[in-house]
Parts: sequence; structure tokens; C-alpha cells
Amino acid sequence: MYTQALNNLEAVSDIEDAERGAAFQARIDNEEKIEPNDWMPEGYRKTLVRQISQHAHSEIVGMLPEGNWITRAPTLKRKAALLAKVQDEGGHGLYLYSAAETLGASREELNEQLLSGKAKYSSIFNYPTLTWADIGAIGWLVDGAAIMNQIPLCRCSFGPYSRAMIRICKEESFHQRQGYELLLTMCRSSEEQKEMVQDALNRWWWPSLMMFGPSDKDSQHSAQSMAWKIKRFTNDELRQKFVDATVPQAHYLGLTIPDADLKLNEETGHWEYGEIDWSEFARVLKGDGPCNKQRMKARQKAHEDGAWVREAALAYSEKKKSRRGQQAA
Amino acid sequence: MKDLLFAYILRLADDAAILGQRLGEWCGHAPTLEEDIGLANVALDHIGQARALYSYAGEVEGKGRDEDQLCFLRKEREFSNCLLVEQPNGDFAETIARQFFFSAFMLPFWEKMKASKDETLAAIAAKAEKEAAYHLRHSAEWVIRLGDGTEESRERMQDAIELLWPFTGELFEADDTVKVLVAEGVAVDPASIRDEWRETVGKVFGQATLEMPEEGWAQTGGRSGMHTEHFGHLLTEMQYMQRAYPGLKW
Amino acid sequence: MSEKTTPLWEVFIRSRNGMAHRHVGSVHAADAEMALQAARDVYTRRGEGLSIWVVPSAEIVASDPGSKDMMFEPTGTKIYRHPTFYDIPEEVGNM
Repeated sequence: MYTQALNNLEAVSDIEDAERGAAFQARIDNEEKIEPNDWMPEGYRKTLVRQISQHAHSEIVGMLPEGNWITRAPTLKRKAALLAKVQDEGGHGLYLYSAAETLGASREELNEQLLSGKAKYSSIFNYPTLTWADIGAIGWLVDGAAIMNQIPLCRCSFGPYSRAMIRICKEESFHQRQGYELLLTMCRSSEEQKEMVQDALNRWWWPSLMMFGPSDKDSQHSAQSMAWKIKRFTNDELRQKFVDATVPQAHYLGLTIPDADLKLNEETGHWEYGEIDWSEFARVLKGDGPCNKQRMKARQKAHEDGAWVREAALAYSEKKKSRRGQQAA
Repeated sequence: MKDLLFAYILRLADDAAILGQRLGEWCGHAPTLEEDIGLANVALDHIGQARALYSYAGEVEGKGRDEDQLCFLRKEREFSNCLLVEQPNGDFAETIARQFFFSAFMLPFWEKMKASKDETLAAIAAKAEKEAAYHLRHSAEWVIRLGDGTEESRERMQDAIELLWPFTGELFEADDTVKVLVAEGVAVDPASIRDEWRETVGKVFGQATLEMPEEGWAQTGGRSGMHTEHFGHLLTEMQYMQRAYPGLKW
Repeated sequence: MSEKTTPLWEVFIRSRNGMAHRHVGSVHAADAEMALQAARDVYTRRGEGLSIWVVPSAEIVASDPGSKDMMFEPTGTKIYRHPTFYDIPEEVGNM
């Protein structure tokens, strides 16, 4: 579900063939979709592989913080909903890897990049889920932020990415609702639970705002992605949309947004928010967040523990083929 | 009679809930992404069965207990699931062996249960039968691949079978509760499933080049609340929220 | 990288009787049976399917986008294949 605008392009100077490049840009400007076998500038391909795989990695790593509560869900209904949601994230990772594979990057290769720490994923998943309220907060805030990012991606110029995003957005519509409804139930049930929810909001609010990536003035690479229609809105535009949508929802729950500078600008109708701590963002992205090492370790362990299973399945298929060959001979 | 029926439904509910709980532990950690999603599907089927069965059990009992009170507020010795389903996930081979043994039993079980005089149980069975059929197919295909895959996978699969085999005998036990309800046409006589189960297991093991263990000592006790040491830990985790915050709405 | 690659399969699903199978995505699986199960588990979680096809991706033969003009341009001018090419007086009615 989660994209984060991490996609730092290398300077794009590789439109070697000016004519083909111009024709390509004309197609994009014309809102035509680009399909995997079409000619494309190397920079476009690279940007897409990186962005789609980062998005896929985020889905997969994103299974871990919420997965942490599946065995402890307070009711059977909540257990089923949470398991289905985390499962969806696995599915979304899979759709996205498939989209990246159409550009010639294999799943094994992409996974290797994640496990070796070479590839990035959304920094939000390096924060811990400490109480059950965090499950609601993730659904409401993290999925809410993700949806803001993802809806425009349904119109992305690259066909397979756009198709994957359409499917993902359709499936994901229940994620945010289940999170908000979970919090609403808690807030209405008791003061103690409402405090848990406020605590969760305090911890997840700022990391959620960081999900939209660096501020526009520090994000040099947005322009090319915008021109290629991989991206449709800037980081700050999406962040503002998210804040505007979320603040009234928090008030409805009777909660306080942990930002002393937050105020409604009556003229613009927008909620103005305080300064984001970009040093924290940079630090967590670099690897020094509360759970970075644990998340990687969990993924590495799953990969290593599963190696013999994957080998067995391949060995069996080879044996079957050779047996069939012998029978035929 | 009502007490017996309540006890019987509770067993089926506990089986489903505990296996669902175990399978849920895999989420995010399976050998492949495809299998992660597959295991979650099986878990969700079991959780769904548990909900239907607990709700019905609560109705039969008539004391106003709902599905969550039955699942999250009973104590260790009150749970009556079979020992097989509470066994830890272990490696993937153990999870698959556990599922295969259980589903090879539950498919014919639900098929027969469809003819129960108890209409609610018959209706639950009609849905559960289809789910069990897929669980059996899915786990059997893995047994075959792991058994006839690499040397390592064969060894792991055979070890898993040896480890879990002593827990399979319990599936076929009939105590007084079962006997009375079988006579009433409500319950399924588990002994009537034994041959079919052995045939299914034998056929799949044959394809998988695995050895069927000798019939031997069977460990039992789950139906009367005598569990294995793992079980208390499972409950500790599963019931944590309801125990730590009693009487609240979630 | 030592990891052997597991084959890719394209997944097609018939969502309702009367509809054609439609491409929905892909899965990785070592063999056909596992691919079918993976496709079921991944792509029909919300009751989207009544029938599934899986096809090894490597077996798909595709036209070359480079020969798009040769393949598909010549048909563009053959407008007499379309019903709107022929004028029928309105009083004749729907045809």
C-alpha cells in the first residue's frame, strides 16, 4: 500500500536519441500509456524499476509491524480483518514485483537488493507497534497517507504500474476504514482506551507526514518524474491534502493532533502544520530508526528459512520433467 | 443433552480457532510471497469456522456468552481442541504435516456432518467441507514436493511426520459425548473416517516417497483439557488483550 | 546471486460465465499445479473468479513493438470494414 517519495533519480542526461526521446515525451504528453516492450529512455526505466520495487519492498516490510499483532488481536472479528489486511499487503507487494518484472528486473534480484540493504523502503515501517491502538492508527494514518500517494499513481504513464495500482486501490479501500472504525470503537468504549488511541496518534502522526517524502524545495528530482507522469502531484501538495483530510477526522474522535503550530487558515481553507523534523526522517531512512535492523533481520530470516522449501519445489519440478522425458523416450 | 452438544461444538470450534491462531503466526514469514498469502487464506478459513462454531455453541449454552468470550476468556483446562492443532509451527514441513493430517481428517468429517440432524452443524459443514477440500489439496501437494524434492526437504518432511504422528490417533477417539451424539444422529463417528484417512495419507506418502510410520502409541488428552506444554503459551498470547483489559469493547 | 529463479506464470481469470478469461497479473511457482494454487490464493481473494488459466510467461509469443507499423498500420485505411462507411437513409430504420 505504501509509497514514499524516495525516488532519487540520477540526473537524467541519457536521452541519447533526441528524436526518440521527443517522440516518447509526446506520447506521454498525449496521455498515452507506455507498455513494457515499448522503447523508453533508460532513465524512465530505471526510475520506474526503483520506484516500483521500493513500493513493493514497503508492502512486504509493512507486513511486519501489523503482523506483530495478529496473534494478539482482541476479538476474532478483528483478528480476521487484520490478517486479511496484512495478507493484502503481501498481495500488493506481489502485484508490484510483477509490474517491475515486466521491465526486466527479476523478483529474486529485487529481493536481494532489499535484503542486502541496497534498496530502500518506506521509513514508516521502522517504527514499532506498541499497543493495539497502533493497529488502528496505522490503518487510519499510514494507509490514509498511502492512499493519497497511490490514487494519482493509478494514472501513472507506465501501463503495468498503473494497472497494479488500480487493483491495489480497489482492494485497499477497506484498510483505512477498518483502522478508523477500530479507533472509533476504542474511543467510545472507555477513557483508558481513548488514551491509548491518543498515545498512538502522538507516535504515528509525524512519521505519517514524513511518508510523503522531502519538502518540494529539497526534492530536486520531482520535476522529471512529473514530466514523465510517473508522478502527478508534488510531495507537499499530497501532504497538505492528507493533513486537510485527517485533522477533522481526529477531531471527530475527540483527539488532539500533536502539533502546537497546527491551525486552520480561514482564507485558504487549509490546515497549516508545524515544521517536520527532517533530521529524524534522514536518520531513520539511513538505517537508524527504532526497528530498521529488526525488520531487515525478520525478512532475512524468512528468506533463509524458506530457501530449502523453494529449492525442494524446483527440484521436484525438475525431476518430474526428466521423468516425463524418460517416459517419452 | 444440551450440555453434550455444547461440549461437542466447542471442540470443533477450539480445533478451528487454535489452528487458525497457529497459521496466523506465519503471516509475513513464509518461504515465498505466494505461500504467505496461501497460508493466510487457510488461517482465515479456520478463523471463520471458529466464529460460526463459537457463536452456535454460545447459543446452545444459553448463558449469553458470545464467540469472543468463549475464545478469549476460557482457561487452559477448559479448552478441548485436539493436541495436533496446538503443536508449534516448527519449520514449514511441520506446518504442512500438521495441516495435511488434520485436513485429511476434516474433509470426510465435514462431508458426513452435512447429514447431521442438527441443522446448524449441517450448514456449517456444507461451507467448511469446501474449505477443507482446498486445504487438503494444498497441503498434500506440498507433502509431495517436500518428500520428493531434495534430500534435505525429504528428511525434514519425514521428521515432521514422525514428530506429529503420535497426535493423529486422537482424531479418531470417541468418548461418551461423541457416542451419545452419534447415536442421536448429530455427531460424526470419527472411527468411520479412519480407513479413508489412512488411504489418503498412504496415497500421498506413496507419491511423496515418504514412509508411513507404524501404528503405535497415541498421545491424547486434548478433548478433556489435558494439553501439551505449548498450549499455555499460545493462550497467553491469544488472550492477552481480553485478560489485560477485561470487559471493554474493541 | 546464488538463488535460482522460480518460473513466472501469467494468470488469466474468468470472472463470470459468459466473460472471456482476462489477464490479471502473474505469480511465481515451480510447476503448473503450484502456479494454479498460487493464482487462486493471490487473485481470487474477493470472489473474483470462476475459472483460472496459468501460462508460463516464457511461452507467450508476442509481436515486436518495433514492427507495430507493419503489423497494424495497413488496416487503418480500410474503413469499408466499418458499418459507418455505408450511408443508409434514415427512413429505412435501424440496420
